[in-house]
Amino acid sequence: MIARDVAMAEPEHSPAHAEPAAAAVSIAGPEIVTGAAAGPSIRMAIDDRWRQAAERVAVPLIALAASSVVFGVFLALVAQVDPLEVYGLMYQGAFGSWFSLQNTLVRAAPLILTALCTALPARLGLVVIGNEGALVAGGVAAASAGLLMHGAAPIAVQLVMAVAGMAVGGLWILAAGWLRHSRGVNETIASLLLTYIAIALMNHLVEGPLRDPQSLNKPSTAPIGEANMIGNLPGTDVHWGLALGVIFCIGTYVLMRHTTFGFAADMAGGNVRAARGMGLNVGRLVAVTCLLGGAAAGLAGMIEVAAVHGRANASLVAGYGYAGILVAFLARHHPLAIVPVAVLMGGISASNGLLQRRLDLPDATVLVLQGVIFVMILAGESLYGRIRLFQPRGA
Amino acid sequence: MMAANAHAPSGAPALEVIGYSKRFGSFAALDDVSMKVRSGSFHVLLGENGAGKSTLVKCIMGYYTPDDGQIMINNREVEIGHPRQAHAHGLGMVYQHFTLVPNMTVLENFLLSRPHVPAVVDWTRERAELEAFLAGMPFTVPLDSAVADLAAGEKQKAEILRQLYLQCRFIILDEPTSVLTPGEADEVLGTIKRMTRRGLITVLMITHKFREVNAFADAVTVLRRGRLAGAGKVADLDNAAMAEMMIGHRDVKQAVDRVARAAGTPVLEIDDLRATDDSGQEAVDSLSLTVHAGEIVGIAGVSGNGQRELIEVLGGQRHAVGGVVRVHGEAYGATRAEMLRHKVACLPEEPLRNACVGHMSVAENMAFRRFDQPPNASGGIWLRRAPMRAAARALIERYRVKTRSPDSPIASLSGGNVQRAVLARELSGDVDLLIVANPCFGLDFGAVAEIRAQIVAARNRGVAVLLVSEDLDEILELADRIAVIFEGRLRHETASCGADIGVIGRAMAGH
Repeated sequence: MIARDVAMAEPEHSPAHAEPAAAAVSIAGPEIVTGAAAGPSIRMAIDDRWRQAAERVAVPLIALAASSVVFGVFLALVAQVDPLEVYGLMYQGAFGSWFSLQNTLVRAAPLILTALCTALPARLGLVVIGNEGALVAGGVAAASAGLLMHGAAPIAVQLVMAVAGMAVGGLWILAAGWLRHSRGVNETIASLLLTYIAIALMNHLVEGPLRDPQSLNKPSTAPIGEANMIGNLPGTDVHWGLALGVIFCIGTYVLMRHTTFGFAADMAGGNVRAARGMGLNVGRLVAVTCLLGGAAAGLAGMIEVAAVHGRANASLVAGYGYAGILVAFLARHHPLAIVPVAVLMGGISASNGLLQRRLDLPDATVLVLQGVIFVMILAGESLYGRIRLFQPRGA
Repeated sequence: MMAANAHAPSGAPALEVIGYSKRFGSFAALDDVSMKVRSGSFHVLLGENGAGKSTLVKCIMGYYTPDDGQIMINNREVEIGHPRQAHAHGLGMVYQHFTLVPNMTVLENFLLSRPHVPAVVDWTRERAELEAFLAGMPFTVPLDSAVADLAAGEKQKAEILRQLYLQCRFIILDEPTSVLTPGEADEVLGTIKRMTRRGLITVLMITHKFREVNAFADAVTVLRRGRLAGAGKVADLDNAAMAEMMIGHRDVKQAVDRVARAAGTPVLEIDDLRATDDSGQEAVDSLSLTVHAGEIVGIAGVSGNGQRELIEVLGGQRHAVGGVVRVHGEAYGATRAEMLRHKVACLPEEPLRNACVGHMSVAENMAFRRFDQPPNASGGIWLRRAPMRAAARALIERYRVKTRSPDSPIASLSGGNVQRAVLARELSGDVDLLIVANPCFGLDFGAVAEIRAQIVAARNRGVAVLLVSEDLDEILELADRIAVIFEGRLRHETASCGADIGVIGRAMAGH
């Protein structure tokens, strides 16, 4: 703390000129050497870890609260409705009944997977926002694979569809990662532009080579067949995609937290110079992470085809990819936090119908809320380390 | 007209600081410091890193306001609350690093630094006035050269001339020779010395180098831990007395004595290595070098002559354009497997930037070399954090790293402790080759001695050490063999005992 105060007070601070900061080295500061009788310092360190964890929960909550205030003002002034009534209806429409809860979970399933497409590369310091493209590409690939496998056992068809969707989605994001790593192209822009390519390619395929002649108003591929559809979780109307998403999240968590791969990814994400200096193959880390992230979004596309639409068409472009970016940022790219956040976002979109029916609000209303939340989350990033309650006490 | 400074005293001013104190939080950077600089003297401010030299100078220049104390110029008390006021009183400062705009000419730079630059510049008149001004100066600089094309010594002279042009007659120099070759340093300081003799200016210089104090200074003020440790005329003091004022009495482990040993087998062989810098310019040019087991090879040189790129190539952070690096006779590409097999360790400069991940914990940072080896990983896949933390605890104790816990982020540690943590990580295992770059940059005296002792101890154990340092004293103290790098090439190679400083200095300047 001392060193930091001094450094901040210095008007012409440069690394080579950091004499007052270095001064803190020579005086025996309030730091305590661990090892010997360091009871209080260990307790302090544990307290500090709790403070850090609490901060990571509190800041997004503050951002959510601020968003609901801003959105409330928007509702009252622009839409001229009572914000409290809207929030009441939103709760009812999202979590108020078994039916609405299931509706929420169905919408959360693809969000969980598309969020991983942003959250995984984020561990390496990449900002990938091509989730929609990977979902669409994965969906088309899955539908094509399903049609090719026609006549095989449903479980085999589903398996091949999943593999095809994940492979193509993974390659889609891998392209952005490769451009970044070996050509220095900004991965955010590259992945966003790849999304437009994916959507255009999908339109070309469903209107051309893959078009089912019977799809008149909405050009689509041929249906994969009722027998090959993914069913629902027992006792619910929620399809298996939700379970797959949760499993993918847990797997990601284990990979990132408990394996040497995750440790290496953290190193490369935190300081690529240090990672190179330790001989790590940063290119391989980028490739694998982007591949996995894209595979998650591609699986979301496969699930949309195999559990919801039964075929690939423009309905795949439903904004799940973009909403997934929001979910990933709101969860601070933590794979386990993605699940509850996706449920929250799924709830917001599930409540849309009720808002339209009861209050005659346009369907863009919830998009405004999503946008407000996203801006608030990004603004909230500046709060980390600023709130006194969460600052470490030891120093 | 030249930059007007109505209040500026005409001759060389005298300056006196009485009872300056400055606190940052609970830390006293300056505590009741008094200093008297006579008119026309060459006064040196001595002290270790962190002794408060920069803080004192920044208080004088108005960047900080002291909590307590007065400042007198020519025996009149004045108030300096802002850098502008310091300029008005004729106080000017030349910083350690150049502050001229590199792609503008000297003439443009001088004009730019005036407090009031006219909206339309009459270049003919300005040039005539500047030429007249330079004619009255003991040294000159080419007015129409871009600053980027000047040699370091010329830049430093231009910085000093600029302060004179701005009517500053009391000039503070912050380690002015750290970026110069010994020859350039002598020339610049010699000129300054003559100017003080003629009563043109008063000079206050911050330095670490006794050689410069003995050769040029009239008087010295020594600070230690924010307090006045002593002052006097240089003629009355010898180096031992000044060193004692600077360092005081304390227990610091002396550098481990080097064990005489025959040169071992070659460990690192660099053959015709070529590498480019970030802009694609050739930085390392046909460099060949061999480091044997049990010896320290020091690469001396002024910064920016390819040292950084060389270290980055050896550390795996940069691709070579050509040439071969061999370790133990095998081609070496700095992959993780090769590092492990050949037992290569690296202590880069600025370890927080080059060898650590700031937000990861001390324990994790200490495990960077071995996180994928047992016992930290089972089957090479599953991470086990308990042994990692246990190993870190042992290293923290052994290398006396001051941290609140092994789980604190390493960025929260002070510079010396980050350096110790990295040293612990790099030296704790079995090491055959150690690559070190500027290991003591920005550290205090105690940490420097400890880190140098560790490097010598590694050499005594039979480790081959390549030491790249911009501090010539460090190379002379540690190396068995010295090579000088200039513009990416090795110019001069010599055994360190019996080395001719003059030849090394000339090689550093490219002669």
